[in-house]
Amino acid sequence: MSLEFTSSEMMSVTAARALTNDMTCFVGIGLPSEAANLARLTHAPDVTLIYESGTLQTKPDVLPLSIGDGELCESALTTVSVPEMFRYWLQGGHISVGFLGTAQIDRFANLNTTLIGDYREPKVRLPGGGGAPEIATNAKEVFITVKHSKRTFVKDVDFVTTVGFGRDGKARDNVPNIGRGPTVVITDLCILKPDPETKELVVTSLHPNVTREDVIEATGWDIRFADQLETTPAPTAEELEVLRDLKARTNAHHSGQQ
Amino acid sequence: MAEFLSLQEAVSKHINNGDTVAMEGFTHLIPFAAGHEIIRQEKRDLTLIRMTPDLVYDQLIGAGCAKKLIFSWGGNPGVGSLHRLRDAVEKGWPNKLEILEHSHAAMACAYEAGAAGLPLAVLRGYVGSDLPKVNDQIKFIECPFTGERLAAVPSVRPDVTVIHAQRADRKGNVLVEGIVGIQKEAVLAAKRSIVTVEEIVDDLGASVNACVLPSWAVTAIAEAPKGARPSYALGYYDRDNAFYKDWDGIARDRDTFQAWLKDNVFEKGAA
Repeated sequence: MSLEFTSSEMMSVTAARALTNDMTCFVGIGLPSEAANLARLTHAPDVTLIYESGTLQTKPDVLPLSIGDGELCESALTTVSVPEMFRYWLQGGHISVGFLGTAQIDRFANLNTTLIGDYREPKVRLPGGGGAPEIATNAKEVFITVKHSKRTFVKDVDFVTTVGFGRDGKARDNVPNIGRGPTVVITDLCILKPDPETKELVVTSLHPNVTREDVIEATGWDIRFADQLETTPAPTAEELEVLRDLKARTNAHHSGQQ
Repeated sequence: MAEFLSLQEAVSKHINNGDTVAMEGFTHLIPFAAGHEIIRQEKRDLTLIRMTPDLVYDQLIGAGCAKKLIFSWGGNPGVGSLHRLRDAVEKGWPNKLEILEHSHAAMACAYEAGAAGLPLAVLRGYVGSDLPKVNDQIKFIECPFTGERLAAVPSVRPDVTVIHAQRADRKGNVLVEGIVGIQKEAVLAAKRSIVTVEEIVDDLGASVNACVLPSWAVTAIAEAPKGARPSYALGYYDRDNAFYKDWDGIARDRDTFQAWLKDNVFEKGAA
């Protein structure tokens, strides 16, 4: 029996599968948070989730609207101050994965959450870097999840808020004491990974019912595909049920609150 | 010792036009009541500092209180843009807002250095980011011991820090619980501080490891029940997520914003 699912559900489930039980994950709000909590509620019940507001080992029942919702603190093992979070836990080397979203990403997995256009005369001013610039270098590796479109997947980002591999793919070379950087990018169409040599993002797996043309059409550069292109396994009935329950709980919680 | 004042007196006495003001709270315990009092008193030319300028800074900027913003993430958490901030940056309304932009890690370290009385903070930061190209307050130094290249930023030393907390006792000791963010460092880094509290009690009820600011480290305390709404105060009330969503519509348009400001800040809630 084949299950009905949306491309967004496919993305969240695939992103969730990237996390394992033994990981300590610094979670970004939005899509990463959805995926990280889905992982915790399915195959990785003991995954350690950390949010930059200071909550260590949190297990929220509903997805937080913001990075510092009360739910995150009340369901955490403990909550620390923000300087402690960034200095001891992140910079101190205790985070295995930084899980990030973005507004723009380029072929070397550099992320832009600062602005569209010119810095001094921006066309669109975005929120900015927040925790991401150092999460990307102080976590041992980085997962990125973002919806795939030409507006998002650009050849060169307008601004490197958060480094992937730099504009030439070499920004991490010979820099001591930083992490490996982005190891996987998960979209609603496919999975991309950096080429081991050039660090350019390459499609390694297409989601079910997605064609190469769909990905080419949604990418702002001449996208490459792996020789051994895989098909991402479809979501299971359990994954879909848990995800839908989580989203329904979350929507009811946030709209029901006065 | 902290002086007990009304919110109106505290803002009037301790915040001057042109001051550098930090109003902190990491989603939790955001000092909205104090922000509204600053708007009502029509303070001008403030340099506002904050890791996560959210709705209260959108309101202060839209009301024309700010000339400069030092920050690391400026958005409506979980909702989208701050439209008054964007209007000030993109179109100069009501006045052009100068911005100085950091990452969270750098801001956190800069406050901590301020609290520690140091001139600078050092961190393993900004590797490969374009932020140092647009912020001349980000420099790089070599570790004298290992030779590692590290980022350096000046410490944050506000003229005034404003925070909201759950409780103060009658001597003026303050208890902060839950997500404590950067509030303690922000108070200790500042020349003067105003703490608004949900209530003043006989006994703080603090555990031995609680986050407590002793009375002698705080300048002024003002009682402001519900002073963090629409953000939240753990143990007192929840975050009003619906308002954060509604704010997007209110702030998107200059006229709607001004009408909201008139009805909800200038005409209502004056202490």
